[in-house]
Amino acid sequence: MNTIDHHWERFTLKQKLSRYAVYLVLVMAFVQSVQSVEVIPEFLLDAPEQMGDMFSRMWPMDFAYYPVAVHDAMIETLNIATLGTLITLIFAIPLALMNARNIVDSALCQWISRFFLVSSRSVNSLVWALLFVSIFGPGVIAGVLAIAFRSIGFIGKLLGEAIEEVNMGSIEALKATGASWFSILLKGYWPQVLPAFFSIVLFRWDINVRESAVLGLVGAGGIGVVLDDSMNLFQWDRVAVALLAIFVIVILAEIVVVNIRKRLM
Amino acid sequence: MAGINKDRENPFKHNWFVSSIWLLVVCYVLYTFNAMDLSWGRINEGFGHAGNLLGRMIPPNFSRWSLLLSGLVESLEIAVISSICGIFISLFLGLFAARNMMPSWISSPVRGVIALCRTFHPVIIAILFVKSVGFGALAGILTLIVASIGFIAKLFAEAIEEISLKQVEAIRATGAGFTSIILFSVMPQVFARFIGFSTYQLDSNLRNSTMVGIVGAGGLGGTLFSAFQRFDYDFVAAILIIIIALIMFGEFLSNIVRRIFR
Repeated sequence: MNTIDHHWERFTLKQKLSRYAVYLVLVMAFVQSVQSVEVIPEFLLDAPEQMGDMFSRMWPMDFAYYPVAVHDAMIETLNIATLGTLITLIFAIPLALMNARNIVDSALCQWISRFFLVSSRSVNSLVWALLFVSIFGPGVIAGVLAIAFRSIGFIGKLLGEAIEEVNMGSIEALKATGASWFSILLKGYWPQVLPAFFSIVLFRWDINVRESAVLGLVGAGGIGVVLDDSMNLFQWDRVAVALLAIFVIVILAEIVVVNIRKRLM
Repeated sequence: MAGINKDRENPFKHNWFVSSIWLLVVCYVLYTFNAMDLSWGRINEGFGHAGNLLGRMIPPNFSRWSLLLSGLVESLEIAVISSICGIFISLFLGLFAARNMMPSWISSPVRGVIALCRTFHPVIIAILFVKSVGFGALAGILTLIVASIGFIAKLFAEAIEEISLKQVEAIRATGAGFTSIILFSVMPQVFARFIGFSTYQLDSNLRNSTMVGIVGAGGLGGTLFSAFQRFDYDFVAAILIIIIALIMFGEFLSNIVRRIFR
């Protein structure tokens, strides 16, 4: 009389070993990094005191500074984010079309578009801003273009994926009527990706509002310039006002976007 | 016969709502171009500079590779330490923020903390940390820990909220304690998604670790920023190439990890 005694295991030996290998590598990397990173312990012990000092300098906030400089800079920041998001579309839509396998069925095109999308995403918006500041000089243009170039990768990738998920039935129906390539794009694909398109663009706009608030630190316009100036002059009460303004705008932008997206979906 | 077509609704009806949005967008663009003094003259002038800049960037100058390497190693260290600490903290915060696991007097304040971590851009957090712990890698590490918490603790909490409670109940019926319930009924359901979020966060910390240096928080960003300020554009090009290579390598690695844990 044999009872059932086989041992149940969730993972195979190979799965287990490869998982443990990942853990091991992580632990090793962590230990190695902690040992070799240059951290001055005195600074860490000092941190709470310094933090307290900073916040005591921030309070009370210099609200009188808001109408003088912060308000206009905040509007400029919003404009940079919005204009940047719109300009992105000029580049991102063609790249998304090239990246979608059901529209352009060519490996070469896909590689080209993927190259542009990945390099756009890999370079941080602050680095893009540095590049454009050295091209166009300090100012709003650099900020707008930095936002635009950083967003290409994000919008292009997500939009390309949305296009690939389109229901091909209506596309085939349009093809059967002899519609031109452009008409198929406009009347077949576009209505189907419309909600995804607006949702992606709004999502990116939300991120861009956050990002455009810091571009001024490298001279690309917006609230960051005010922040940088006040910080260089150690006017922490003005820094606090600028930070509060950024906080409020970011929260408002998120609320707006979440509500619109809820309606779209 | 001619009447048939008129009865039928046009399938390609004009969507006035969308058209009016586009019209608004066009008006907005025209308005802001005026309000922000963006003129074609200036943009045109910029293109000349762009050619100039590209000319000076090529060929990239790798002769100061030791400086480049030390910045790169520091960026990597910042990314590794902050990701592991950030993920570890997020595991707990995510659990505490999940509304189906915790009573609301625990989950609401934890959610507030997570939202606060998410609101500010890492660079702003980096500035505050540079002020409080001084220049160097420590400020970068703390910044990216905060950024990681803001992003993945939220995703962890959402993942936990979507689990099926049947398995939780089954484990609870065996008389298991709280830790066992978490380990044997919650974790198996969400672990694969956690790995996905974590590898994504590792990628994004890698990207950000090359940027926080711009405000003095250590890593390759500081090297990049000073190269920009000294107009060493050929060195800038070398750094940018290294950053892009690093990030592509990071994506490659996280794809492997994701495949192992699928």
